[in-house]
Amino acid sequence: MFRIEVSVKPKFPDPEGDRLKTDICDIGLTTVKEVRVSDVYFLEGRLDETQVERIGRQLLADPAVEDFFWGEGPLSRIEGEDVHVIEVAYNPGVTVPLEESVNKAIRDLGIDTVTSVKTARKYSVRGDLSKENLRSIRDKLLVNSLIQHVVTKREMVVLPSPTYKFVLTTVDLLSLDDDGLMELSKNRLWLNLNEMRRIKDYFSELGRNPTDVELETLAQTWSEHCIHKTFKSKIKLGQLIIDNLLKNTVMRVTEELKKPWCLSVFRDNAGVIDFDGRYAICFKVETHNHPSALEPYGGAATGIGGVIRDILGTGLGAKPILNTDVFCFAPPDFPYEKLPRGVLHPRRIFKGVRAGVADYGNRLGIPTLNGAILFDERYVGNPLVFCGTLGVLPVSMSQRGEQEPGDLVVLVGGRTGRDGIHGVTFASGELTKESEAISSSSVQIGDPITEKKLMDVLLKARDRGLYRRITDCGGGGLSSAVGEMAAETGVRVYLERVPLKYSGLSYTEIWISESQERMVLAVPPDIVNRLISLFQSEGVEATVIGEFTDTRRLELFYEGNLVGDLDMEFLHKGLPQLEKDAIWEQPQHEEPDFPQPSDLGEQLLRILSSWNVCSKEWVIRQYDHEVQGGSVVKPLVGVNNDGPSDAAIVRPLLDSNMGIVVANGINPKYGDIDPYWMAASAIDEALRQVIAVGGSLRKVALLDNFCWGNPDKLDRLGGLVRAAQACYDIALGYEIPFISGKDSLYNEFETEKESICIPPTLLISAVAVMDNVDRVVTMDCKQEGDLIYIVGTTWNELGGSVYYSIHGYVGNRVPRVDPKKGKRLTDALNAAMEKGLVRACHDLSEGGIGVAAAETAFAGGLGMVINLRKVPLSEAVNRDDYVLFSESNTRFLVEVAPEDRRQFEGMMAGIDFAAIGEVTRKEKLEVYGLNGKMILSVPIVELKEAWQRPLRW
Amino acid sequence: MKIKVKALILRAPGTNCDVETAFAFEQAGAQVDLVHVGELIRRGRLLSHYQIMVIPGGFTYGDDISAGKILANELRLKLGDEIQRFVDDGKLILGICNGFQVLVKAGLLPRSRDKKLQSLTLAVNDSGKFECRWVYLRVNKTSPCIFTRGIDVMYLPVAHGEGKVVIEPGVLEESNVALYYADETGDIRAGYPYNPNGSVNNIAGICDVTGRIFALMPHPERFIRWTQHPRWTREPRQDYGDGFRIFMNAVEWAGSI
Repeated sequence: MFRIEVSVKPKFPDPEGDRLKTDICDIGLTTVKEVRVSDVYFLEGRLDETQVERIGRQLLADPAVEDFFWGEGPLSRIEGEDVHVIEVAYNPGVTVPLEESVNKAIRDLGIDTVTSVKTARKYSVRGDLSKENLRSIRDKLLVNSLIQHVVTKREMVVLPSPTYKFVLTTVDLLSLDDDGLMELSKNRLWLNLNEMRRIKDYFSELGRNPTDVELETLAQTWSEHCIHKTFKSKIKLGQLIIDNLLKNTVMRVTEELKKPWCLSVFRDNAGVIDFDGRYAICFKVETHNHPSALEPYGGAATGIGGVIRDILGTGLGAKPILNTDVFCFAPPDFPYEKLPRGVLHPRRIFKGVRAGVADYGNRLGIPTLNGAILFDERYVGNPLVFCGTLGVLPVSMSQRGEQEPGDLVVLVGGRTGRDGIHGVTFASGELTKESEAISSSSVQIGDPITEKKLMDVLLKARDRGLYRRITDCGGGGLSSAVGEMAAETGVRVYLERVPLKYSGLSYTEIWISESQERMVLAVPPDIVNRLISLFQSEGVEATVIGEFTDTRRLELFYEGNLVGDLDMEFLHKGLPQLEKDAIWEQPQHEEPDFPQPSDLGEQLLRILSSWNVCSKEWVIRQYDHEVQGGSVVKPLVGVNNDGPSDAAIVRPLLDSNMGIVVANGINPKYGDIDPYWMAASAIDEALRQVIAVGGSLRKVALLDNFCWGNPDKLDRLGGLVRAAQACYDIALGYEIPFISGKDSLYNEFETEKESICIPPTLLISAVAVMDNVDRVVTMDCKQEGDLIYIVGTTWNELGGSVYYSIHGYVGNRVPRVDPKKGKRLTDALNAAMEKGLVRACHDLSEGGIGVAAAETAFAGGLGMVINLRKVPLSEAVNRDDYVLFSESNTRFLVEVAPEDRRQFEGMMAGIDFAAIGEVTRKEKLEVYGLNGKMILSVPIVELKEAWQRPLRW
Repeated sequence: MKIKVKALILRAPGTNCDVETAFAFEQAGAQVDLVHVGELIRRGRLLSHYQIMVIPGGFTYGDDISAGKILANELRLKLGDEIQRFVDDGKLILGICNGFQVLVKAGLLPRSRDKKLQSLTLAVNDSGKFECRWVYLRVNKTSPCIFTRGIDVMYLPVAHGEGKVVIEPGVLEESNVALYYADETGDIRAGYPYNPNGSVNNIAGICDVTGRIFALMPHPERFIRWTQHPRWTREPRQDYGDGFRIFMNAVEWAGSI
């Protein structure tokens, strides 16, 4: 074995090392003088010295800035005395795309005797550090033991090649009593007793025990993750009985509104709406929470990879054109000593998730144009990672295809390994400190370039009509993809035909593996060769693994042996409906009791610096938001390209002026008071953002993503019902349909003492079609002397507000929504905007008028003076701070040129609105209070600094 | 009838700016084909049918080892002669972002006297991170670059993690530098974030002595239409984006070959 080590020449800086040094300082170790990072390659195979030298010189090291040296065996060079070396490699079984790339490049050099390439990273840390310090650096920053290990001196990092010998495994179910059934289910199948009994009955009738693969298939198909059984259950809440929550709330809105432009809703991988008659757009947001908690980088990367495949697998396949990501973490300054055992620090999760999403999205060439990041301590054990993708496809291909019996099952894309085994069943349970051990194989490693290759060639195959149906292979692996596809027909699968990353997988592992970057096609036999050769020409594997039948059975074979044989009817319809009880009691929080602070400027600065409000530029700039050339409104806008845009707008067709608006509404703090009003506020916020950038509500569709605690606990389920009911009421009032949704339940973390439940969290994502992007408005103020209006009514609604939270209160007066009134208001404002009467518009959310005015001013690089006495109030609000920081819904801050005043006011007749001030040249935000005296005067540079400082990492 | 200029846009695993680059060339009047590197290797003579070859942005082969390295290696070893003939025929090569990294690592730029050696590189940004932001650029008037003719300043986005030009003193003639990072006044000494990656001498793009091989880190194909400008909602409208001239220049010049 040869070891080649590549490092930046000492005379050049090592930016990666420098960043790591900062991270080390962040965990309190300030004695580190320098960190250098080297790449290490281990080559196995017959090589002579000139060949190794050539590989190092021509391939691995950059002659301008890097040195390399090599030797035989795994030993590292001795470094200086105060240099501590930590070398980190991936665990056996983890597939690292880099290693395959290096292999290819060595073959391009004309050297084909290398049998294996392994890689490691070497961190040389200089400084006075104890063993304890080094362990801390290793564990907190460098190594995730789930996928990596530290290379010790003599260890060989060579992957053993295990073999697999077929033995049919059956599980003795028939002899088990209830306790035995539950013992079997625990930590493996995650099914309840009723469900386990149902399975036992089914096999009793057949007179045989199930095979392991049959049980696994049932557990996956019946998992919360795949079938959303809580949402489909019969729920009793007080006097109310709801038979299927999903159908009675979210889906019902769509059914009642009957919008003709909804082309495919709640039946495919994503919801589809019409774009311009010729093209349609599809949109999907889902979560990847549990994997991201354990391995943030890989978990988030595969999350984004998965939702992109959902879009590729919608209709006959759509082209992904935009990503949107929303994260919820514990605050970055969460004290290490309070961290529950088995949990990664939120700062590390944040950085890992950000990097995973960026590396995957950037490499796929999909712009990340929109997102949000929220913080709450209760996300410490269960961070939330929402990944969304928007796609475009011809209307003629927007419907899900149907295979015919005799069509072949073709698996395309990456190879299958042990990645992600038990991912969906694992996601359907709670995390504990033992989760790490149980679920080590549940974490998947993403390979974005394989997915990019797959995406490119799939769209070509689609346009040539080379398949009849497509679906993605994600959670649940082949079991879920093929099992669902064949529900109406039947299928026979030959598992030994599935191409593997490495030997040693059992037939069950092949069937349930959640390896990434795979899709399944239904292909008529007469064109399968054309399909396979097209895929070959772009270096993507396509393999026939079975055929669809008309037997309505799922038949699995391995090397000629029947290993699974299930009735599709039982598999897909046999799950007994859950019956659940729920309770809901409005919590009573302490009513805030503090006098109005004398310095409201200081209060505003604190709000701007709070984690939930502050600038996320550090994250945004590490995403490519320009690729594909479609962006019309970017995440950062204004005179210095750094103001917070309300929503993203993209042009999907470069030669058309039509656009798509994407927005997200979310505010878990309101859920602490009432999930109903949290859901209502999220819908209102998403729609407000659409309006604020110049969109209309004529063609808008919504997605829901519920992330909740354990729904077996009555109060959690009660809150969930409340939130779902609001989705129905508010969306119907606004006349906006839902087109797709997802839920992630059981987001609780068990410690020795307690169960940490996430705040109930609902993300509402909106997508809107815009006829002409020339009418776009951004939030930055444009012109000195322009009038500033508040459109909408301000109430004493500070319950769950940022202002209360910085004073340590939650309060009870949560912001409410009147959708009928809201629709009138937004329609009127939109009409004025389409007439070109609005120069800037910013939606009012966290921090209310105060934050919106500050952001509008500093984004435009101008000052603003406003008068709180003019703000339209619904009721007597007699405190300046309440008027300034109330978070009432359906409000906007609007800039209008003086010459357009009459026309604008005319168009807004009948709506609560008022001119409250104007844009000034003074570069200060000045606020006059209810008593007519100036109560706040802060330079915009100070406001902006407060807003930018916290996440300037 | 005038024969249309033909541009070949090279695709490889991980290429991701091919579609908008094709759009820019089409708007400029070229006929464009997207060709996969595997196909080009199989049909080597294919290249001779084109007047312009473009290596667009992306993360070819995942940017494994370093950005653009594996595609550069492949081009050098599998298509070296074809590309040399293309250059000798007086044709145009454009590399954008990842294409810049590829051209440099394949030894096609800056074309030092000792052709074998890569004398310049694009290293990890000084900030240590990928950055997407808009930058002001100033054209070096003394450069023979075909692509930047008649342009003085431009405003374009960058989006890269490895864009820092690192070079030994004396390797690059002043005239090889086609494009500098600048501030809004055109000052080419401006520091971060105007120079987004720490490039030596604020170098943003370079060309060979003939001016026919040109590579740059910023993305001209991302600013063709006015609504792509980050401040288009607050600034006076332009008929087309700053990047468009580069494609117009290329197509116009190639039409005269």
